[in-house]
Amino acid sequence: MSRPLRVIIAKAGLDGHDRGAKVIARALRDAGMEVIYTGLFQTPEQIVQTAIQEDADGIGLSILSGAHMTLFPLIVEQLKAQGAQDIVFFGGGTIPPEDADELRRRGVQAIFTPGAPLSEIVSFVEHECGKRRELVG
Amino acid sequence: MNDTDAGAALLRQFEARSPRGLARAISYAESGRGAQLIRHLFARTGRSMTIGLTGPPGVGKSTLSSALVRKARSLGKTVGVVSVDPSSPFSHGALLGDRIRLTEHFTDSGVFIRSMASRGHLGGLAGATADAVLLMDAFGLDVILIETVGVGQSEIEIAELAHTTIVALQPGSGDSIQVLKAGIMEVADVFVVNKKDHPMANQLKREIRSMMEMLDFSGWVPELVMTQATSGEGIDELWAAIENHVAYLQKSGEMAEKRLEAFTHQVRQLALGHLQRKLERELRSKVAEGIDPYAAADRVLQSFGVTPEGGDEPIRPPHVRASVKGLM
Ligand SMILES: Nc1nc2c(ncn2[C@@H]2O[C@H](COP(=O)(O)OP(=O)(O)OP(=O)(O)O)[C@@H](O)[C@H]2O)c(=O)[nH]1
Ligand SMILES: [Mg+2]
Repeated sequence: MSRPLRVIIAKAGLDGHDRGAKVIARALRDAGMEVIYTGLFQTPEQIVQTAIQEDADGIGLSILSGAHMTLFPLIVEQLKAQGAQDIVFFGGGTIPPEDADELRRRGVQAIFTPGAPLSEIVSFVEHECGKRRELVG
Repeated sequence: MNDTDAGAALLRQFEARSPRGLARAISYAESGRGAQLIRHLFARTGRSMTIGLTGPPGVGKSTLSSALVRKARSLGKTVGVVSVDPSSPFSHGALLGDRIRLTEHFTDSGVFIRSMASRGHLGGLAGATADAVLLMDAFGLDVILIETVGVGQSEIEIAELAHTTIVALQPGSGDSIQVLKAGIMEVADVFVVNKKDHPMANQLKREIRSMMEMLDFSGWVPELVMTQATSGEGIDELWAAIENHVAYLQKSGEMAEKRLEAFTHQVRQLALGHLQRKLERELRSKVAEGIDPYAAADRVLQSFGVTPEGGDEPIRPPHVRASVKGLM
């Protein structure tokens, strides 16, 4: 029996807009994944604990508040601290290209900026989370 | 790593009480590889108090769960939550959103929350729900809450699996009355009228009472509690009702029956799963046009070595204790 991929879609910090996150969540669901939505205003610790308990293959974080340079690295750190680097970590939002490059260097696997086609996000998640699944079973 | 090595490593992680171990163990069970783990851990189960929570969409089940978790934590108990949402029958994907109401417990190391998709399982519970409950039990969690949307069969299944079944209803919605009519009265151990801040709350309470009067209960008579899950009002009373029910089960000796029922439920699920797969194969290979459906069914059954039985006695689920007055 093959299990569908499981992905956390999270919103962190003081950012009350979750339209984009919900669009991504639905697209992943329609691609056959189980999407766990955490709701707004989550701390990095809450997000990582959720991913561990849910045995998620990936975490997608949406940030529109401008706090991406603090929040993304905090999650990378939390994942390391919990020995959970196997979980794929990606994100999106209003993030300038130079910040996106810096975040990728600091361990975020992919950053999608507004206008990125949904199909690109879905195939990234399928591919990377699929690799994680092959590794851990 | 082969499956046996991976299984052994997982067992070590589980025994070290690592939440990752529990999380991975549930995934194992979900992919149909749970047999070995459960075999190792089964002797350690039977200690948790299990509470089922069902009711129509949006009635406040997850908000109630969160309030019950808070209550149980204030009593020093560790808690597991399993919440089941339906999978999409088209994509097999699912949006699992019950966690939104449980955020205050995410970083509490005494709380473990797992969302499950029903994955097309018939009864509304996920196929591996019973395994998840056993694993949480073996992990040492004191209280296990199981949330499921009340549609059709799921309330029957949850009543089999949980020691105490809470049916949550809300005022001012036709859904709740439909649920009552659909036979859910008979499986509830505790009724909750949630959203008691709603002007029609007392009316719903009266409706439930009058429906209860039409039933004969053998033994336990369901308690009815009014709550406002968002503010925590009525949660102490709800917890007391749950404890009363557990005390009743213990005193009356029905707890043993309840445990056997949960056990039987799981055995039935496992056996039915195998039979269903076998049946599907037979259906594909044996069913051809040209004979009538009864003859075709006989042929399929014969290939299982089963002689079709006559008889039309209703199959009455064992956990239904109430009956409509004057009917039985
Ligand atoms: N006014 C009022 N609203 C409530 C109460 N309890 C829950 N709600 C609200 O009802 C809505 C649904 O609550 P949930 O806890 O998600 O309901 P649910 O039954 O788990 O929903 P599903 O899992 O989608 O079936 C939320 O907006 C809650 O804030 C209450 O006591 N009073
Ligand atoms: Mg819910």
